[in-house]
Amino acid sequence: MSSLHTTIVGIGLLGPGLADWAGGQALLRDAAAWQNKPTEVPAPQRLPATERRRAGNVVKASIVVADQALAMAGLDAATLATVFTSSTGDPLNCHLLCEALAAAEPVVSPTRFTNSVHNAPAGYWHIAAASRAPSTSLAAFDASLAAGLLEAAVQCAATGAPVLLVATDVPYPEPLHAVRPVADVMAVALLLAPSAGAGRGLSLEVTSAAPATPCGEPAFEALRQGIPAARALPLLQALALPDAATLVLEGLPGMGLVLRVAAA
Amino acid sequence: MKPLAITQYTVASALGLGLSPTLAALQAGRTGLAARDFETAHIGTWLGVVDAVADVRLPPELADHDCRNNRLAQLALLADDFGEHVRQAAQRWGAARVGVFLGTSTSGILQTEMAYRHRDPATGALPTWLHYAETHNTYSVSRYVRAALGLQGPAHVVSTACSSSAKVFAAAQRMIELGIVDAAVVGGVDSLCMTTLYGFKSLELVSAQICRPWDAQRNGLSLGEAAAFALLERDAATPRGWLLGAGESSDGHHMSSPHPEGAGAAAAMRGALASAGLQAGDVDYLNLHGTGTPGNDAAEDRAVGSVFGTTLPCSSTKGYTGHTLGAAGGVEAAVALLALEHGFMPAGLNVQQPDPALHSLYLREPRAGRLRVVASNSFGFGGSNCSLIFGAAR
Repeated sequence: MSSLHTTIVGIGLLGPGLADWAGGQALLRDAAAWQNKPTEVPAPQRLPATERRRAGNVVKASIVVADQALAMAGLDAATLATVFTSSTGDPLNCHLLCEALAAAEPVVSPTRFTNSVHNAPAGYWHIAAASRAPSTSLAAFDASLAAGLLEAAVQCAATGAPVLLVATDVPYPEPLHAVRPVADVMAVALLLAPSAGAGRGLSLEVTSAAPATPCGEPAFEALRQGIPAARALPLLQALALPDAATLVLEGLPGMGLVLRVAAA
Repeated sequence: MKPLAITQYTVASALGLGLSPTLAALQAGRTGLAARDFETAHIGTWLGVVDAVADVRLPPELADHDCRNNRLAQLALLADDFGEHVRQAAQRWGAARVGVFLGTSTSGILQTEMAYRHRDPATGALPTWLHYAETHNTYSVSRYVRAALGLQGPAHVVSTACSSSAKVFAAAQRMIELGIVDAAVVGGVDSLCMTTLYGFKSLELVSAQICRPWDAQRNGLSLGEAAAFALLERDAATPRGWLLGAGESSDGHHMSSPHPEGAGAAAAMRGALASAGLQAGDVDYLNLHGTGTPGNDAAEDRAVGSVFGTTLPCSSTKGYTGHTLGAAGGVEAAVALLALEHGFMPAGLNVQQPDPALHSLYLREPRAGRLRVVASNSFGFGGSNCSLIFGAAR
């Protein structure tokens, strides 16, 4: 089995009681200090005012964490390849579309339809960044984060250029919440670069044997299981500490990703 | 990139189930589109419907996956013994060494659209027959195909609107090159649903007539549905064709309109040529994205001109299948491979008066002749572009 080697040079985080990576690191090290408060999704300054108004939470949260990771790495958004991954896409938009389409005479708003594409966050990001760099948008249900991380690491190794991974999930309103419960908004960005240097080394290997590594703290473990993008928590906890760590990131049934984080 | 073997491929669309009826229609210039309604949608348009979907039964153990999109996938798995070819590849490489990377734009959303008509009047709850994970969720089609074929390797869905099932070829190629998998099922499945019918209508992009790519009077697209699959393998004794190159780019311009000069599209075509190590003059035929909307065709024509000039024979096959959205890249990969295997370039249908503002060498009649290299364009909402280059088996 081949393993992939990459370096994490930027991190972005937004989730329940986690406003950003800068403040979130300390909380990830000390669960007792963390409070499970509803995620507050700020309006990203990168978006023009009209789009800030129109964009759903999946777009806003994605752009917020992407900008955190970029600022940390000091890289230029205009030339950066991107991998966006999400299990849910934009749930409120989906619900409102389905409601409108259930009417006897369906009338759909053009903006709502345009925003329904799974690659809406990617589209808004590349427009705001004036970027023609390649971009993909993935989904793999509860394994969406693992699928995105694998794809980003593969692209990084294949092209020898940095790749920005953004994983975002947003809760559905009822009645869809009952059939797909997602606890809250969570978004994680990881900026991967090919060469060793500043940043944390990360190697990945696909495994068919090992079960996913849980979070040690019950509160974080509940969060990890409650939102697909929160499957990143064990990795983020490892990145918040200076030590080397090995963990298994939840993938598809019978498949996971062995992650080896180098010491800081 | 190193050329990657394509050992089997197939397609199910309004032209029929499998390569044989598809080839016959393409060579005869026969459309699969018809002026008709779909389900409860009466929007006065031409559609490419796969009527055989109605009779499909999924394997009993996968019954929760039952929806129009997965039925369409099942039709294509059975066509040309595609599923059997994959099972043999899985025996050769190991089930954990075969990936599944498929494109879709709306997956099985039709199931949820119908469920919203049957909500509990008291509580608003959705009916218990809605299986969200297996039908509605964007990943559901790769979930179904992975389970139906007994595969255990990495899998995902690419959902970048109408470039989705072209981009999976590039994703699989990278995974195989880096040794993550040895083979991959790629392609795309997109089925008709209310979201796309009423959505494209709201944007005034649907024509009331049959779509007429490259015609001076073109006024919109015709929607269709399709499933298309290809099996890519690390090496093969008798490939049916080769993936030679792939180029991907973003427009960074607008959510639902292409860059007017086709700058992103041109970048994707140049990227594909560069990855194949080919010059523009090495390409024998280009299958255009060619949706038939005024803006899309104009932007693509400028992009093609800037990369290939005006002497490369090209055509759009949307007039046969309709625009199959997230499946279009896979469908047109199958068209490209058929063109290479059978030595022909399909004519673009429904051109009554060529648009004098467009300068590409657009084929209105089919051409016969040995082809070595064929390119295919797929562009989508959000400014997502992908160009692929395929080569003849020998």
